[in-house]
Amino acid sequence: MTSIILLSVLGIVNLFFGFLKSNKILLPAAMVILALVFGVNLIDWNADPRSYFNEMLTIDRYSVAFTGIVVLTTLLLIPFSQKYVREGQENLAEYYSLLLFSLVGAIMMVSYDNLLMLFVGIEILSVSMYVVAGSDKRNVRSNEAALKYFLMGSFATGILLFGIALVYGATGTFQLTQINAGIINPANASLQPMLYIGMLLMFIGISFKVSAAPFHYWTPDVYEGTPTFFTAFMSTVVKTAGFAGFFKLLMAAFFAAQGFWVPTIMAITVLTLLIGNVGAVAQTSIKRMLAYSSISHAGYLFIGLVAVNGKLSANAIFFYSLAYSVATVASFAVLKLVSDQRQREDYAGFNGLAKTNPLLAFVMTVAMLSLAGIPLTGGFFGKFFTFGAAIDRGYIGLVVFAVIMSMVSIYYYLRPIIAMYMQPAENETAEPIAVGSFQSAVLVLLALLTVLLGVLPGLFSEVFK
Amino acid sequence: MEQTIPEVIRTVPLEYYIYFATALFAIGVTGVLTRRNAIIIFMCVELMLNAVNVLLTAFSAYRSDPNGQIFVFFIMAVAAAEVSVGLGIIVMIYRNFQNTDVNLLNRLKW
Repeated sequence: MTSIILLSVLGIVNLFFGFLKSNKILLPAAMVILALVFGVNLIDWNADPRSYFNEMLTIDRYSVAFTGIVVLTTLLLIPFSQKYVREGQENLAEYYSLLLFSLVGAIMMVSYDNLLMLFVGIEILSVSMYVVAGSDKRNVRSNEAALKYFLMGSFATGILLFGIALVYGATGTFQLTQINAGIINPANASLQPMLYIGMLLMFIGISFKVSAAPFHYWTPDVYEGTPTFFTAFMSTVVKTAGFAGFFKLLMAAFFAAQGFWVPTIMAITVLTLLIGNVGAVAQTSIKRMLAYSSISHAGYLFIGLVAVNGKLSANAIFFYSLAYSVATVASFAVLKLVSDQRQREDYAGFNGLAKTNPLLAFVMTVAMLSLAGIPLTGGFFGKFFTFGAAIDRGYIGLVVFAVIMSMVSIYYYLRPIIAMYMQPAENETAEPIAVGSFQSAVLVLLALLTVLLGVLPGLFSEVFK
Repeated sequence: MEQTIPEVIRTVPLEYYIYFATALFAIGVTGVLTRRNAIIIFMCVELMLNAVNVLLTAFSAYRSDPNGQIFVFFIMAVAAAEVSVGLGIIVMIYRNFQNTDVNLLNRLKW
């Protein structure tokens, strides 16, 4: 709760920094704000669950944990924000403030207790994302990404809202626990078709937002056109918040209707895994490959949802989101630094990077291995825990399919590594990529964190007891 | 005789509201999927949101529960925010393309 207030107020304060002559203060100010929010958020860790605003929001361990992930991700990502738009960009303060405001939406999505707050949270997050997707105003690709994201996003919102309206009609409430009670209530039995249609429409709406197949088709285009820095934000924070919110919805509100939604989500999972992984193989641009990879990771997170394994699932989703966010931030950071200087985003742009910039190559390698799920990295245990939660419930076939798909993923995650270490640079005099010392430190931290998650997974694997 | 607004709403059977809202929603979805002009697509999205508003109000009146109508206010406020951002994006597109046809947006493959 304090974190929401702090982010809103300090976000406005951050806007006023835009009046200063120099842009230099903006990045440190945003980092200080995020570090402060991260610390304040953790204070509630051992506190009892408390609800605010007539049970609109609940701050409990679940919300604190996922708020921690989204704030930490932003904090680690933001050092790479420089030069994310064209040189001489004037109004930088607005973009930092939009990021802070969008985090408010993400926090609402992980701590809501009422569908109203879910809707408002999703919208705060999405509307900020529509703006930042088009932040490179004179670049037609950025324009196009913004329009596509906006049209698809608001379309999804409409579908989500119609679903919420039907669920409200069938149960008579927006409160999560009361919806669950309303589903069980025999007086509402005749309204079951309406409830199921409503749930289905809500699933479609949320699947759009977390880019799960078959509602993923906007993702590669939008991710490719959006400035890389914001793409990284979209594929980590939006996805983490979306899944945490989705999990809470399924557990608290629709638990009684499991027989209906488990097969539905299972179908979405299989499709998402298939399309994400097979789609990524065919890509020639690393940014587009990472977009498909983020679709496929939505599939792995869905396995945790399908398992409906209470604390086991929650822990698995938490760990997976953390490992995925750290590795994705690292890979997008390297991609951004390389593509800013070499002006290309394809695999060949990475050729010979190990010679010119061993650090960037190493961090990218660790990130790719983690995303592929190789042991000793966080991604391995992320997959291990989600698959474990599913096997515990007897979904052997699903897990076997997911393992096959993650073998496919090794192919496209190894391609940048091969380009960096085995291909010679395009021309002999390729200049090293300029990386600031602070950025190098953050890159090392990201790599360390990924390895730490893979070596000592016990630190984060049982946050919910 | 003086009637309260929920009573007026209840003079029409609930099914009719559901059919009406579903029809509006379906028109909106069809429009989004078939039209090619960004502004018309955008109008169809608004139509979908208004279908939701009608439905929520009807349910709210029939269940004598004010929550549904409060939700409608939130939808209106959020839709207004979305309109301002959306029109801003469309104006930006128009400046660069001199057109708002989504078929022109093929620099990134769909």
